[in-house]
Amino acid sequence: MADPHAASALAHQFEDLEQQHEAASLGMWVFLATEVMFFGGLFAGYTIYRRLYLPGFVEGSHLLNVTLGAINTGVLICSSLTMALAVRAAQLGKRNALVTFLFMTVTLGLAFILSKLTLEWRHDYLEGLVPGLNFTLGGPHAKSVELFFCFYFIMTGVHAVHMVVGVGILLVLLVLAWKGHFGPTRYNAVETAGLYWHFVDIVWIFLFPLLYLIGGRY
Amino acid sequence: MAPAAVDSETRGNYLNADYSLKSWLLTTDHKRIGLLYLASITLFFFVGGSAAVLMRLNLLEPNGALVEPAAYNRLFSTHGIIMVFFFMIPSIPAVLGNFLVPMMIGARDLAFPRLNLLSWYVFMVGGAMCMYAVIAGGVDTGWTFYTPLSTSYLNTNVMSAALGVFVAGFSSILTGLNFVVTIHKMRAPGMTWFRMPLFLWAIYATSIIQILGTPVLAITLTLVALERLFHVGVFDPAVGGDPILFQHLFWFYSHPAVYIMILPSMGVVSELVTCFAKKRIFGYSFVAFSSVAIAAISFLVWGHHMFVSGQSVYAGIIFSALSFAVAIPSAIKVFNWMATMYKGSISYQAPMLYALGFIGLFTMGGLTGLFLATLAVDTHVHDTYFVVAHFHYIMVGGAVMGYLGGLHFWWPKITGRLYPDGWARLAAAIIFIGFNLTFFPQYILGYLGMPRRYAIYPPEFHVLNVLSSAGASILGVGYLIPLVYLIWSMRRGPAAGPNPWGAKGLEWTTPSPPPTENFEATPVVTEEAYAYGAREVSVG
Repeated sequence: MADPHAASALAHQFEDLEQQHEAASLGMWVFLATEVMFFGGLFAGYTIYRRLYLPGFVEGSHLLNVTLGAINTGVLICSSLTMALAVRAAQLGKRNALVTFLFMTVTLGLAFILSKLTLEWRHDYLEGLVPGLNFTLGGPHAKSVELFFCFYFIMTGVHAVHMVVGVGILLVLLVLAWKGHFGPTRYNAVETAGLYWHFVDIVWIFLFPLLYLIGGRY
Repeated sequence: MAPAAVDSETRGNYLNADYSLKSWLLTTDHKRIGLLYLASITLFFFVGGSAAVLMRLNLLEPNGALVEPAAYNRLFSTHGIIMVFFFMIPSIPAVLGNFLVPMMIGARDLAFPRLNLLSWYVFMVGGAMCMYAVIAGGVDTGWTFYTPLSTSYLNTNVMSAALGVFVAGFSSILTGLNFVVTIHKMRAPGMTWFRMPLFLWAIYATSIIQILGTPVLAITLTLVALERLFHVGVFDPAVGGDPILFQHLFWFYSHPAVYIMILPSMGVVSELVTCFAKKRIFGYSFVAFSSVAIAAISFLVWGHHMFVSGQSVYAGIIFSALSFAVAIPSAIKVFNWMATMYKGSISYQAPMLYALGFIGLFTMGGLTGLFLATLAVDTHVHDTYFVVAHFHYIMVGGAVMGYLGGLHFWWPKITGRLYPDGWARLAAAIIFIGFNLTFFPQYILGYLGMPRRYAIYPPEFHVLNVLSSAGASILGVGYLIPLVYLIWSMRRGPAAGPNPWGAKGLEWTTPSPPPTENFEATPVVTEEAYAYGAREVSVG
C-alpha cells in the first residue's frame, strides 16, 4: 500500500490489485458466456430454418452485398488489432499511444456501424427487403426469403446494438485516457472493454459467412 | 470501529450505520441490498398470492364462483409470472445469497458491489413493467408466453409483461455473475472449495444456470416482442416460422429455471440439517457435486415439457431418460440428509421444521416428477392438475419451505433479534398442513382428468376443489403469521447474540447484526465445514 496511486485504484472489497484484476477479468469472461448463449438462441433458430428452407436462404443470401460485407469484416478485424494495441499501451502506461489506439478503434467501429446503416440497410429498404416494413419480393421462395431477412435483420441488428454499446464504452475510456486516468496499476477497464470488443468482432466473424457466403455464390 | 464485546445496540453495524433513505437506495453493501430484495419480493409474493386466492375462490363452484373465464386467465397468468420471475427466482439467491455469500467465504463484499445494486434496480424496473401489465388490464398468456397465442392472437398487455420479464432476467444474470466471480476469487485464506458450506455449492450451481440459461430466455422474448411489433415471423407458421421452436427455446431456459428455484433451497436444507442435528454432513462431496450435476443435467431435459407438442418420438425417449437421471443427484441429497440426521441430537426449532417439511414434500414432488417424465403416463396427465400439484410440491413445498427455513435460520443474524419460536413453529405446522390440503387433492383431480387453467370444471370434481380451496385459506394464514412476528421481532425481539443456534460457519463468528465490513479482520479458515462434534469419526 506504499504507492498512493495503487491504493486509490484498489476497491475496498479486494485484498490486493491482483485479486481485483482477476475478478474483473473473470467477470467479463462470464458475461461473454452469457452473450454466447444470447446469440446462441439466434444461431440455433437460423440453423434450423436454413436446413428447412435452404433454397430461400440461398436466394436471400445472394441479395446481400458481399463486397461491403467483406470490407466491413476487414474493418472490424483492424479494430480488434487497434484495441489489442490500446490494452498494451494502457498496461505500459503510454497515455498518448492509448488515446491514439482507442480513437482508431472508435473510428473503425463507427465506420462499420455507419456503412451498415447508410449503405446496406438503406439499400435493402429501397429494394423492399425489410420484413414487417416493406417486404415486396415475389417468386417461388418469397416466404422463406422473408424468413431469411428476418434473421438477417435481427442478427445484424442485435450485433449492431452491441457495436453501439461498445463504441459508447470506448468513448468513455477515451475521455478517461485523455485525462491520464490509466496506468500500469489501473488498466482493468481497458482490458475488460477489450475483451468485450473482441467478442463482438468474433460474432461478426460468424455472421458474415452464415449470412453472406452460403449457397455457393461463386 | 468498536470492539465486538460492546453491546450490539451501541456497536456500529450495517443497519445503524446510517438511517437515511438515500443510504438505503444508494447502498452498495451486499447485506443492505439483500434486504432491499427481501422487501421487494415479499411485496411480489403477496401480489402473486392474491391472484392465487382469487383463483381458489373462483374454483369453489363448478361454474366459477367469482370471475369470468377471461378474468380467470389473467389471474393465473399474473400468479405465474409474478411468482416465478419476481418471487421464486430471486428469493433465496438475491435475499439470502446476497447476505450470506460474502459472509460465508469471509469477504467484505461481493466482487462487484455497484453491479449488485444495479441488479436490484434492473429487477425493480422489470417488476414495475409487469405490475403495469397487471394493472393496465392484465395479461393472459400464462407464464409461458406460448406462440402464436402471445404473438398473433392476444390484445392484452403481452408486450409490457414479456419485456418486464426480459429486463428482470438481466438482474438474474448479473447476480449470478457476481456470485460466481466472488466465490472464485474472494474466498478468505484457508477457505478451499471443499471447506465451503454446501449452501455456496448450491448457489454456485444456481448461478451457472442463471448465467447460461437466462440469455436464451432474453433472446426468445426479444423475438416474441419483435414478432408482435413488426409481424415478422420467426415463430409464425404463416411465414414459415415454427411455434415449436419457441417452445424449445423457452423451455431451454425455463426448465433449468426450476432448478434455479430448488437448488438454493437444497443448499439451505444442508445448513439446517447439520446445525439442528449437530452433526457433520454425511458425504460432503456427494452433496456438493449433486448440486453441480443437477445444474448440468438441467440443460438436457427441456423436451419433457413437449412430449405431446409434436416433437419427434425419439427425442421424447431421450428427454424422458435424461429426466429420470435428475432423480439420481436429487435422491443423493435426500438420502445424505437422512444419513446426517441418523443418530444426531436433533432439536426441532422452527428452521428445522421447515427443513423436515422440505425433505418430505420435495420427495413427493420429485417422485411425481418421475411419473411425468414417463412418456406414456405424461400423455395421460399432461396439462392436468397432476402437473400443477407436482410443481407446487417442488416450488412451494420445496423451494418456499427452504426459503422460509433459511429466513428463520439467518433472521437473528440479519436483524440481531430473535423471533418467538413458539409462533414460528406453529406457523411452520400450519403451512405444512395447509399446503398438503391445498395440493394433494390436485394430484387426484389431475389423475381423474381435470385440465389446468380452466375457470370451470365438471360437478364431480367439486369436493376435491373445495378441499383444495380450504387448504389454500389455511396456507394463506400460515404465510401471514411469520409476516407479523418477523416484523414485530425487528424492534421488540430479544437480542440474538452472535450465534443463537450454536451453528458452524464464518457468518456466525461475527456479531449480529454484522458490522458493515462483515469481519474485523479477514478470517483464516482452519477447519472443514460442519465441524460439529469434530472428534467423531465420519462414516462418509
